[in-house]
Amino acid sequence: MAEATISLNHYLMLSGILFTIGVFGVLTRRNAIAILMSVELMFNAVNITLVAFSDFVTPAALTGQIIALFTIVVAAAEAAVALAVVLLIYRSFKGINVDRINFMKW
Amino acid sequence: MLQNAWIIPALPLLAFVLIVFFTHRHRALSAGLSIGAIVAGFIFSVTILFKVLGDPGPHEFYFKWLDFGTWDLQMGLLIDPLTAIMLLVVTIVSSCVQIYSVGYMQGDKLFSRYFAYISLFSFSMLGLVLANNFAEIFIFWELVGLTSYLLIGFWFEKKSAADAGKKAFITTRAGDLGFIVGILIIFFACGTLNFQEVFAKIETGAFAGGLVTAAAIFVFAGAVGKSAQFPLHVWLPDAMEGPTPVSALIHAATMVAAGVYLVARTMTIFAASETAGLVVAIIGITTSFMAASIALVQNDIKRVLAYSTVSQLGYMIMALGLGALTAGTFHLLTHAFFKALLFLAAGSVIHAVHTNDIQEMGGLGNKMRITATTMFIASFSIAGIFPLSGFWSKDEIVAATVGHPIFLVLTLAVAFMTAFYMFRLCFLTFTGTPRDRKKFDHAQESPKSMTVPLIILAFLSVFAGWVGIPWLEHGYSSFVYHHHPHHAEPSILLMIISLSIGLSGIGLAYLIYYKKSISADAIAERFKPLYTLLYNKYYFDEIYDAIIVQPCYAICDFWFWFDQRIVDGAVNGSATLTIWWSIAKRWFDDHIVDGAVNGLGYTVRGAGGILRFAQTGRLQNYALVIFAGVILIWFLR
Amino acid sequence: MSDAFLTNLTFYVLSFCVIAGGIFVVSSRNLFHSAVFLVFTLFSVAGIFVMQHAYFLAAIQVLIYVGAVAMLMIFGVMLTTQLTNVRLRHVNEQAWPAFAVCLFFLGFLVYGLWDTPFKISQAAAPAEVTRAIGTLLMTEYVLPFEVVSVLLLVALIGAVVIAKKE
Repeated sequence: MAEATISLNHYLMLSGILFTIGVFGVLTRRNAIAILMSVELMFNAVNITLVAFSDFVTPAALTGQIIALFTIVVAAAEAAVALAVVLLIYRSFKGINVDRINFMKW
Repeated sequence: MLQNAWIIPALPLLAFVLIVFFTHRHRALSAGLSIGAIVAGFIFSVTILFKVLGDPGPHEFYFKWLDFGTWDLQMGLLIDPLTAIMLLVVTIVSSCVQIYSVGYMQGDKLFSRYFAYISLFSFSMLGLVLANNFAEIFIFWELVGLTSYLLIGFWFEKKSAADAGKKAFITTRAGDLGFIVGILIIFFACGTLNFQEVFAKIETGAFAGGLVTAAAIFVFAGAVGKSAQFPLHVWLPDAMEGPTPVSALIHAATMVAAGVYLVARTMTIFAASETAGLVVAIIGITTSFMAASIALVQNDIKRVLAYSTVSQLGYMIMALGLGALTAGTFHLLTHAFFKALLFLAAGSVIHAVHTNDIQEMGGLGNKMRITATTMFIASFSIAGIFPLSGFWSKDEIVAATVGHPIFLVLTLAVAFMTAFYMFRLCFLTFTGTPRDRKKFDHAQESPKSMTVPLIILAFLSVFAGWVGIPWLEHGYSSFVYHHHPHHAEPSILLMIISLSIGLSGIGLAYLIYYKKSISADAIAERFKPLYTLLYNKYYFDEIYDAIIVQPCYAICDFWFWFDQRIVDGAVNGSATLTIWWSIAKRWFDDHIVDGAVNGLGYTVRGAGGILRFAQTGRLQNYALVIFAGVILIWFLR
Repeated sequence: MSDAFLTNLTFYVLSFCVIAGGIFVVSSRNLFHSAVFLVFTLFSVAGIFVMQHAYFLAAIQVLIYVGAVAMLMIFGVMLTTQLTNVRLRHVNEQAWPAFAVCLFFLGFLVYGLWDTPFKISQAAAPAEVTRAIGTLLMTEYVLPFEVVSVLLLVALIGAVVIAKKE
């Protein structure tokens, strides 16, 4: 039962805002894990978009949901690996302040 | 037979080549080659003489060297009585001189070179007398001039000798310029340079008038130079710097005679123009008188003889100018012998006392008997005393002047002066008390190689002239003549007059210098201005120096200044300009070009210095920039 | 209350939760607070999924994201605590520029998406979503399914290898 007042555009708006918040977090936070969290937010925003499209454009095919599913899986894998890397960095530099990790500079 | 006469000059030429290239180090061999060549030439000349006596000719043999179409340049031989006589004169005198030189030049380090030059000269002179056309004679003319220069300046390390050689060459060159102009006029008028053809044209009147006069005078200019006539006589006294045998050969007997020979050979041209003949005669007598007057007061033994030569040449030139070919060439013949003898004897004296100044001599007669005797014989001959050669030839000349009173008077005056100065020379040298004791003690008679030629020449000085005794049926005058043999009646009166004049000249000299009854110094004092003038040779050298030499130097100085300042200035200036330009470019390169390049570097560095801060190494910065870029792109789309 | 109103209310409430949670995630000084707020956000997103008839996905969201990923984050936070001066800034120096950029970004998105008419289909959602998803996974999307499983395997091994102590 699709409601005319909550249209696709609303969900897309929501998704956009969430995505923007995620971007802000990625660009701004100094802690590596905080950045990872922001990335998760971005993933979620994308998922909302996908499902919204699935619901409104192809309700029968459920395409968006399937894709969102896969996205979740991949995100999980990525989170795991990323955290492993963070742990490694923590071991080497005794801290995960990304400001300090600036070895690709002049 | 006669066409082989070219061998006569060829032999000395061969000797020259052999000496220069092969026998340079062998003195004896060089001398032997040279003497052998000339003596062989002499023998051949004698045979030629006999041939010509039988068949006077003229005989001409030639070949075309260059063919120009309308005319051709020939090289050939022209043999007639005059040629035969000249060949004999040249070969005899050259032989005597060369034999004499063996003794005179002994010890000189350039011995071989001397003989090489003498051979070359002999070749040139012999070629000259055999020439059959103007071009050929001019070639040999120049060769004679060249060898004369080489021989005068033989001791070239001495500045005066080198200068004398230059003077001789340049002065005769001035005359040669006239000679060339004369040849050109002849060519222009006749279209040929062959003697016989030119004479033929004159005979037919095709070549006449002003052209002939001009040609004659210009050709005569060459003779003026070569035979040291006024005004080109200045080189002959200076030429005494050369070795004495050279003076004997060249400046007494042969080279200076070349001018006389030239006029004699081209007599037809002179005879065709009265004006030219007169010019020649006037120059001849003027020279003769002037030179004789200078010879009166000279103290250098060779100078006296040099001026005497000039004076006697003047006689010959004058005779030729007056049309007397026979007289002129006869005197040439006799003069060659006694003048050569005089020079060689003088050389012998100089060799003995090592000085030329007669003021330092005296009383040498006893010490050097042969030299003294032969010199006296020659002096008698030149003074025209019967029955020596000189008497006959001088008499011929006097006879030639009979129709022209001024010439006659002057000729006799010159005869007087000749006798006087010759015996002044002899008395001062050989008689009286020696003025320089040291030199006197040192003196001794010269070696045989030097005295034998003296004797030979003395013999010739006495007897050679006898071929010209006027009463002879087939004497000189029927042998060498122009147009027709000269068979005028000899005038006894004339003979007596000239003889007495000669004797009086001798007598005066005797009184002044032997008996010392008249003081020479007193006369010199009385006529002081005249004496100074004569002593300084009429200041000819000074005049020429002022009007010719100094202006030349001035011009040279001007050109030197021009070259130094202006030409070099231009060159240096352009170099300086180039340097300035390069400095400017250097500045430009340093400051502007390098400035630009360096500036570029600085800019890049500066920019890099600033831009490096963009590489923070922090991913978040990069991500922000990327994001902002995306926004921007969106914005712009 | 009508259905429409309830639906709208639900949507707006859930949206607010999502957005608020997100904001707190990115701006919390304390990392642990951020992690907790992440959990909260994820839960809200699951609610959104439910609204969009994606029931299975909502469940998966809670299970995987909240249950595993968020847990992982918390573990990470615990393991990498920096015992430093508390007064450290939690955002870096490019906060304001990033803020501006994000605003612009949001502006663009809004501008692009606000009035765009998408082709809305009138078909109905399947009644049994889960069953439908299961079927699709085994038929149409079997390849991605297998690949993703391999990926998980790889990630598992990789994470272990990376984080292994020497």
